[in-house]
Amino acid sequence: MNLSGANIDFTLLLPEISLAICGFAILLLGVTKRGKDFGFGLGLFGLIAALAFTVQQWGTLETGFFGMVTKDGFSSLYNIIFLLAGIISLLIAQTYLRAKKIDKPEYYALVLFSILGMMVMASSYDLIIIFIGLEIMSIPLYVLAGFHRFNPKSNEAGIKYFIIGAFASGFLLYGIALVYGAGATTDLRLIAANYHSMAQQAPLLLYAGVALILIGFGFKVGAVPFHMWAPDVYQGAPTPVTAFFSVGPKAAGFAALMRILDFGFDSMDEIQSVLWILAVLTMAVGNILALFQDNIKRMLAYSSIAHAGYILVALTVGGEGAVASGLYYLLGYTFFNLGAFAILTILDTRDGTDSRFSELTGMASRHPFLATLLAIFMFSLAGFPPTAGFFGKLYIFSGAVEGGFIWLAIIGVMTSFVSVYYYLRVVVACFFTKADHPFQQVAMNPYLALALIITAVGALGLGLFPSSWIDLSRQAFASFL
Amino acid sequence: MNTVLPLIVLFPLVGFLINFLLAGKLSRKLVGIIGSGTVLISFLLSIKAFLDLTALPADARIISDTLYNWMAVEGFSVDVSFLLDPLSAIMILVVTGVGFLIHVYSIGYMAHDEGVGRFFAYLNLFMFSMLTLVLASNFLLMFVGWEGVGLCSYLLIGFWFERDSATEAGKKAFVVNRIGDFGFLLGMFIIFWNVGSLDFQTVTALAPSAFAIGGTVITAATLLLFLGATGKSAQIPLYVWLPDAMEGPTPVSALIHAATMVTAGVYMLARSSALFVMAPTTMMVVAVIGAATALFAATIALFQNDIKRVLAYSTVSQLGYMFMACGVAAFGAGVFHLMTHAFFKALLFLGAGSVIHGMSDEQDMRKMGGLKKYMPVTFITMLIATLAISGLPGISGFFSKDEILWQAFSSDLGHPALWFIGMITALLTTFYMFRLIFMTFFGKERMDEKTKSHLHESPKVMTIPLIVLAILSIAGGWIGIPKLFFGATNFFEHWLEPVFAPAQRILHSSEAHHAASTEWGLMAITVTLSLGAFALALRFYLKKPETVTRLRESFPGVHRLLYGKYFIDEIYDRLIIRPLHFFSIFLWKIVDVLLIDGLINGGAFLVGGVSRVMRYAQSGRLTSYVTVFTVGVALITGVMLLLGYSIGN
Amino acid sequence: MDKVEIYLPILIMVAVGALIATVLMGLSVLIGKRTRSKVKMQPYECGVDPVGDTKHPVPVKYYMVAILFIIFDIEVVFLYPWAVIYDSLGMFGFLEMLVFVAILITGYFYILGKGALKWD
Repeated sequence: MNLSGANIDFTLLLPEISLAICGFAILLLGVTKRGKDFGFGLGLFGLIAALAFTVQQWGTLETGFFGMVTKDGFSSLYNIIFLLAGIISLLIAQTYLRAKKIDKPEYYALVLFSILGMMVMASSYDLIIIFIGLEIMSIPLYVLAGFHRFNPKSNEAGIKYFIIGAFASGFLLYGIALVYGAGATTDLRLIAANYHSMAQQAPLLLYAGVALILIGFGFKVGAVPFHMWAPDVYQGAPTPVTAFFSVGPKAAGFAALMRILDFGFDSMDEIQSVLWILAVLTMAVGNILALFQDNIKRMLAYSSIAHAGYILVALTVGGEGAVASGLYYLLGYTFFNLGAFAILTILDTRDGTDSRFSELTGMASRHPFLATLLAIFMFSLAGFPPTAGFFGKLYIFSGAVEGGFIWLAIIGVMTSFVSVYYYLRVVVACFFTKADHPFQQVAMNPYLALALIITAVGALGLGLFPSSWIDLSRQAFASFL
Repeated sequence: MNTVLPLIVLFPLVGFLINFLLAGKLSRKLVGIIGSGTVLISFLLSIKAFLDLTALPADARIISDTLYNWMAVEGFSVDVSFLLDPLSAIMILVVTGVGFLIHVYSIGYMAHDEGVGRFFAYLNLFMFSMLTLVLASNFLLMFVGWEGVGLCSYLLIGFWFERDSATEAGKKAFVVNRIGDFGFLLGMFIIFWNVGSLDFQTVTALAPSAFAIGGTVITAATLLLFLGATGKSAQIPLYVWLPDAMEGPTPVSALIHAATMVTAGVYMLARSSALFVMAPTTMMVVAVIGAATALFAATIALFQNDIKRVLAYSTVSQLGYMFMACGVAAFGAGVFHLMTHAFFKALLFLGAGSVIHGMSDEQDMRKMGGLKKYMPVTFITMLIATLAISGLPGISGFFSKDEILWQAFSSDLGHPALWFIGMITALLTTFYMFRLIFMTFFGKERMDEKTKSHLHESPKVMTIPLIVLAILSIAGGWIGIPKLFFGATNFFEHWLEPVFAPAQRILHSSEAHHAASTEWGLMAITVTLSLGAFALALRFYLKKPETVTRLRESFPGVHRLLYGKYFIDEIYDRLIIRPLHFFSIFLWKIVDVLLIDGLINGGAFLVGGVSRVMRYAQSGRLTSYVTVFTVGVALITGVMLLLGYSIGN
Repeated sequence: MDKVEIYLPILIMVAVGALIATVLMGLSVLIGKRTRSKVKMQPYECGVDPVGDTKHPVPVKYYMVAILFIIFDIEVVFLYPWAVIYDSLGMFGFLEMLVFVAILITGYFYILGKGALKWD
């Protein structure tokens, strides 16, 4: 084996390393008597350190560790998304965990490990490394879903997520094996370079392999028909975990899909028709079923499925503009979806709540600030200007029209019109519905406030300055072409 | 960013942020100072911007300032940029000037309210949105401001959310305005589709080549824009929200629902005048709706007993005037009336607020009377405003109203019938306004003893804005004295000329050919009849109050109709809201009960094959999830294998 | 043939392994004291009673230890291939294995601290 060109440079992995070290430190300190309280602080420290290292890496394009690790603009942008999601979900988690008496240091370590896995997924051109990243991400998530150990619903969520997750991982691995069979490599760069000869020699292996890989990641992003776990898991898992679920693994799945489909198998045009169907099904089923929910967490679960559908539209269209708009959307979605969940978490810290629509009545008069923020997030989810949601959809759908996918754009716009109904239901419940009993007050603290400020500034900032962000997304995408 | 324009918009936002984020932490005094101070800075900056503009030659009076490119999709680019031209210069002066006075007044009016921080925060947010609306250089940014003022309006109407009626009124305003906004949005899309830009200057320049005069497309686009304007500016058929909006605190009624926001529709029409004049049908609709609203609302105002409601209907009526002016292509006259109306109507509302304040929150005029002795400043300033709105020669309202009436008569698009309706409205206005004055300030003191003992003139912080506005109500019209009087050019019209020049070019209109004597004559008729109306009000409400009762008894039907506001709310309720309600109940029964509950609870009855699968699938059982998953796997893999097979061969 | 020769170390390894096993077991047969009882003579089934109700509850601690054992056991297996190519990996290989072992040890201390290995 020739090691001279291996470029073993540990600084490349500084973000990942800082997460790992902090995670282990939390675990080790967690078994001591005094160290239990360090979980939150250390977790936050690790995430912020990783964020700082990632930002520092911005603009570089380096490959190391025998070509297994690649840090480019694309991975940096995704890593920023993961870390932001982690920071925000951590900020809202502590209050909730304390209120439910499950504030254990392992929670923070698991979140850190999971993000570590996501970052690995986004930082490699090698299918095996991507798979390993996926597993590092998923296993902590299974535990997190069932973190509320004495709550049967949370247990159910954990088990369901684990079983279907393992099922999906199997397909993914099988798909990778088939692709390897077709081209004797798992390196996407080699696959992209030799695609035509591979397609000539073993088309069936290659196509079946790509199909199975698509299925494996389709599960992670919650694409229909691999979405069925999402509502149950979202509803059962502790709310801050659900918040993290709705953004982190989804973004990681899209990171892998973008690298695989828009780089490795960029020449496989036929995949578009399959993606087309997936996108339409995902948008339609997500939005239609979200209409009928009484539970806000469940509604947001379906809504997150629908949002995955919008990003799938970008993926279907492909190419720089479309994928950049997908990235932009994902960034915006991180903010406004986490914002909505942050408020939901704040509401759920009260006793005897079950995040039903009826629990929102009277919120506007008791907590006008929170209610207004919730309305902003809902408007953003629904895609009203001038929020990030509006511009994201505008870019994605206009990209679809430009790319010739007119029907896809029409269906997308129609389903997102449907979505306005259920998002506005939240606004109507908080502002317009008369409360038959007084709204139970919630307690705020600086961490929660910080999470809300970050998400609100993000959701509005991306809407007020979309051009610069979309340029950023373009740069990120261009880095792997 | 190289002009003061962004700062004008920015300062109220700063005020909003401070008051919103530090709500409850600042003292009442500081909240008021921050709230008003930021608006004052905006006003001073507006004056500076205005002076900068006057320094430019008349045909080049445009200052634009692009902050950044907001978004650029292939073939579609919108900037966040501000445009100052003679039209928006007047608007920002009115908005910040009147706005500042009302902010100051609010310090006194809201002095005892718990939510004063929230109040000033919303008020500042409103100023921010309104200034964005006015200074926007394209339709989309204007729409953002448009939605922003709507949001603030809703928040402020429902400010006292403990009152159910306030919440209900907020809801009504919200819903009705959405209808209008939908029209605005569609109209905007049509314009973009045809012109390829949303920038005002580009659209104005390209409109003559992009549209055919009188064509269907431009007619549809302008009608939709006008629908938006009827929503925001409370015209038939979407006026119903404005009278209910009086549930908000009175300074809000003065600022938002009299002086500024409700005139946004008129401003929008003036802004897109080059588009409107290309659609004669739309112009006719605008003029007719404006005239009809003016008359209709004035008749309702005749017999309302709530002091704020009289003023609300009066506002609707005066807005009708402005639209009538726009409809006959006298945009300058419309904007002129917009300005003078902002002065005297704000004054009337603030005066009414002062009265309500002094009367311990009583709004029913039947329980007032004789207040002139207790509240002299309020009385005199309100009297001045009343004279202005009634069109006493020499005071602001006279010039603007006369200008509109004359244009309605003489313009190419005008018609004597429009003049006639306008004239009748003027008489009715004089009548109901003096009725208000007489019932409130003269005659017997009809309030109870407790209220009487508390009666007092409002503090200085409230009366000084009244005095300033009173001065403006008198003198504000002098900048637009018609040529007829001293032979001098009408300064105001002249100032606005460059803005409306493109529209006038399309119309090819020339100076009206009517003789000066006609104008004098019409003016004389209006003034004389108004005097008659004044005399009638004097007789009915001061000298012989019993005549009203007698009249009411002799024409019970008419009175009931007018007092009941033509029962429009009831009609809407029967024709639109109830059917919708039934429809929603139907949906609820069918969709919710049958479909959804069926889906969720797994009821025995099924709606269709698809829902059967869905219900079965989302059962919570892991096996069914895995089944669906596997089916998906089979389908996708199958499709891909087929595709791969076809490639291989 | 050359190709066979490279398997020689493995062959030696197998032989040594077999030898050690035989010697140790032989020694215990020769030296050890023997007691025969009914329980002792039953077939070995990982400590679970081979006869009776299959739904017999097993202490969860048992599985805990079993799972932890498997995890560490499998991880240790990775050391073998590493040892085989240790020379060609050089310093990098050494560092990587240090990291690997450090992670394992962290896990070990964690379960120790959590008391997962305490039977009572």
